[in-house]
Amino acid sequence: MITFNILLLSSFLLCLGFLSITMSRRNVISILMAIELIILAAQLNFVCFAHQLQDLSGQVFALFVLTVAAAEAAIGLAIVVIYYRNCGTIYLNKINKLKG
Amino acid sequence: MFYIFSFVLAISAVLVVFSQNPVNSLLFLILAFFNAAGIFLIAGAEFLAMILIIIYVGAVVVLFLFVVMMLNFDMQLLRQELKPYQFISTLISAVVFSEMIFIFYFSKRGEFAKAYISYQDSLSNTHNLGNVLYTHYAYIFQISGLILLVAMVASITLTLQFKHNHKRQHLSNQLQRSPKNSLELVDIKTQDGMGKEETLQ
Repeated sequence: MITFNILLLSSFLLCLGFLSITMSRRNVISILMAIELIILAAQLNFVCFAHQLQDLSGQVFALFVLTVAAAEAAIGLAIVVIYYRNCGTIYLNKINKLKG
Repeated sequence: MFYIFSFVLAISAVLVVFSQNPVNSLLFLILAFFNAAGIFLIAGAEFLAMILIIIYVGAVVVLFLFVVMMLNFDMQLLRQELKPYQFISTLISAVVFSEMIFIFYFSKRGEFAKAYISYQDSLSNTHNLGNVLYTHYAYIFQISGLILLVAMVASITLTLQFKHNHKRQHLSNQLQRSPKNSLELVDIKTQDGMGKEETLQ
């Protein structure tokens, strides 16, 4: 029962994160936040099955996913910072040149 | 108890998406992470819950906040959201969500295979994770350390700027100075001073 509830919650977070990526045309930071939400949904999924099967591999993999998510958040923010330095805007509809 | 955590998590995730201010959405993201850590505690992953709070909330979201405060957000422009993909993305996410719920609801809950290598003893969760992480998953552990190193080097390389009007230390110039170039010993009598023609230039 608790497994089903956590899986329901994690799929809801996944779909919400996907919706946020496609619908929020405001700025790049909200897209990065939605990616963090999706990664949180995946971690919830891993931990749920680790709890159900009494297997520790799920928690180990969730830990590594957390490491990689932190690394890509840092690099994504560095890219946002230098893009803002060069172009002066992070409104997503204006970022349409590949040369930027 | 679990229902409180999941309800607040769902609501704060919705508010992350639909909040106008970027700082507000980051604060709701912090709330979502705290509730997710609570759910992790209920599911028995104590180490992962604390690591989530320390690393994710304490470092990554703080980094997000720094960047949000550093960049000037034009709030007038941000309110006019153009949503060209509203219908199709809602449709796709609703379909995916319902598919997953269908799978979870109608799956067999019978016998499962034996757990992969590790199992949970009467020791604490951190102890068990330490037992597994440094023996079976040692290579992956080292590689994740390398990933963090690469991320650090990449962030510094991307954002470091050398400005020309900053005073910097030039180590080779400093080491090449010898007493011959820079010092000059002058014999001065007391109450006599250097004298006007011998002042330093």
